[in-house]
Amino acid sequence: MLDRINKAQKLINSACEALGRRIDIMEVCGTHTVSIFRNGIRSILPESLKLLSGPGCPVCVTDQGYIDTVLNLADRNDCIIATYGDMIRVPGKDHSLETKQAKANVKVVLSSEDALQLAKDNPEHTVVFVAVGFETTAPATAVVVREAAAESIDNFCVLSGHKLVVPAMRALLSGKNDNIDAFLCPGHVSVIIGYGAFAEIVEDFNRPCVVAGFEAVQIVDGLAEICRQLSTGKAELTSVYSAVVSEKGNIAAQQIVDECFEPVDGYWRGLGKIERSTLRLNDKYGQFDAFKRFDISETPSEERKDCRCGEVLCGLIDPPVCGLFGQTCTPQEPVGPCMVSSEGACAAWFKYGREKIHKR
Amino acid sequence: MRTTRNDRILLAHGGGGQLMDDLIRHHILPSLKNDALAGLGDSARLNLASSSVCFTTDSYVVKPLFFNGGDIGKLAVCGTVNDLAVAGSKPVALALSLIIEDGFEFEFLDKILTSIGQAARRSNVEVVTGDTKTVEAGAADKIFINTAGIGQTLAGVDLGFEKIAVGDKIVINGTIGDHGMTIISQRADIKFESQLKSDCAALAGLTCELLENTTGIKFMRDPTRGGLAATLNEISRSTGLSIEVRETDIPIKPVVQAAADMLGFDVLTIANEGKFVAIVSPESADECLNISRNHPLGADAQIIGEVVETHDVPLVELETRIGGKRIVQMPYGRELPRIC
Ligand code: SF4
Repeated sequence: MLDRINKAQKLINSACEALGRRIDIMEVCGTHTVSIFRNGIRSILPESLKLLSGPGCPVCVTDQGYIDTVLNLADRNDCIIATYGDMIRVPGKDHSLETKQAKANVKVVLSSEDALQLAKDNPEHTVVFVAVGFETTAPATAVVVREAAAESIDNFCVLSGHKLVVPAMRALLSGKNDNIDAFLCPGHVSVIIGYGAFAEIVEDFNRPCVVAGFEAVQIVDGLAEICRQLSTGKAELTSVYSAVVSEKGNIAAQQIVDECFEPVDGYWRGLGKIERSTLRLNDKYGQFDAFKRFDISETPSEERKDCRCGEVLCGLIDPPVCGLFGQTCTPQEPVGPCMVSSEGACAAWFKYGREKIHKR
Repeated sequence: MRTTRNDRILLAHGGGGQLMDDLIRHHILPSLKNDALAGLGDSARLNLASSSVCFTTDSYVVKPLFFNGGDIGKLAVCGTVNDLAVAGSKPVALALSLIIEDGFEFEFLDKILTSIGQAARRSNVEVVTGDTKTVEAGAADKIFINTAGIGQTLAGVDLGFEKIAVGDKIVINGTIGDHGMTIISQRADIKFESQLKSDCAALAGLTCELLENTTGIKFMRDPTRGGLAATLNEISRSTGLSIEVRETDIPIKPVVQAAADMLGFDVLTIANEGKFVAIVSPESADECLNISRNHPLGADAQIIGEVVETHDVPLVELETRIGGKRIVQMPYGRELPRIC
């Protein structure tokens, strides 16, 4: 393994030297962020190569308005909120779901199946499943929606905040941060959508997109491939994860998502409104759409001024630049979602980073 | 077979009357047989040779009560024995308090008492005094145990943070994360759960052997809650020195690593119940390693790193498998309730 790392490292070093400028590579997946930190990958890269943690953590990119909507639903006596654990500590306007957990109508679930089961077990309540996540988790939500329809479990509904990765990458390059030189693309999302989905980024923006797995070697290989492309000046779409990822992806998973959802314009933290970037249940399954059931219109609400998660998610600043980092904002008492989620950039910097080494 | 009220603890078993007497004479005493306890006095008298004693206490609320590699009874003995052992003492006597929920089955109570007796005999300590309380159903979760222990400080042994110096080696007596991952996996109900086994064991035999046969041991700690990460950070904070450890030298069972990866845990932060971390002078590190490796509880012992100079702030740093470096933080957040 060390041989492979050394080889990749040499390639990266010589490419960076030849380019003679700062290179910004963005990973758009929280699992990559964590693995990069946990394996100390930044510490073996040349100074001029900068890794940016993009909008790849589902909890982090979720807009404040959505979170406030969930908090409002949690106040109703006729609802049970079923949510993944990471979501529960995200601060809303004046509190988080955690503070409402005592009221016992907020339940942490490990899977969408658990959420549906909760509905079956509590027929007198409406169970609202807080469905966040990217293309990797949307199929699991679709499966239970179909199941709920087939079994007529009417007290189940989904507040879908599912997001799509590619529109966010487009939004970044179209104005939020066009300094990004290349993307390290997530392996597991690619398994679902196929690496072909990133072709439009390469074609429309001329940026290398390289799909990599989550092990240290795979990430370093991916970075080496990006550096190779940058030094030749030709952006390509490559997968260094090819054993698992195909160009077209998992058709069955895509079909079930298409059957239940349609892409609509949606709000992202830091990135604002992005066209066709969010999945909403379509008319066929409209009765399970919590937005419709409770007549909620998704409106963006103000983010805290002092929390700079938005800029962090766009790769504009490193977390330690935020004045609250490590001071008033820590994993024990997070101010913003990037510190709450174990996949958030702020949490990773706090947990694994030696701020002074990495702060540039 | 359905259990009846007769097979279960009743509130009255804690009431001080006939039922309580039955509980003590027919369930507790037979498992823990020893002279001091048999007298059933209000307190035990101990005749200690040394004037320096170590004294400690801990409560055990682990859920589930029975797990692969042990149960709450074994844990309650080993945990307290280990606290005495790493302080540089030879454990002598334990006090045992049981808080039992109304309705708890005798079948399980007897199993727990038997394993308390076994664990105590194995670590050469006696349970010399104790107490039993019962509480209404719902006021406790089946059974909680508190143990307190006394140990005699070994002659010439004086361990402490202040003795630790730059260049000292860090020794661990085996694989990390076994206990915590066993408990977590049993709760999370994951596939390969049966391959995981808690390392729950009393370390006094090994630590006494080490302390009696080497001179270079400066400090010891058992990395329980918070795992290796918490122990190393505590050492670094208390000494003001930094610590460097190598990922490739830290023993971890592949199945423990796999379970941790699957559930999103860092093995460095996972609890152990049969491990010590020893800080030893460079000259005696190999000797410590040899003694440990010849002991059944130290077969996988390793030198995992060194104490180094602090440049800025005291830090624990890990050299990763790929030769990178990252910080090992004091574990935070994600609390793991009732692991011990
Ligand atoms: S450190 Fe905290 S407050 Fe600052 S950007 Fe990150 S999450 Fe927001």
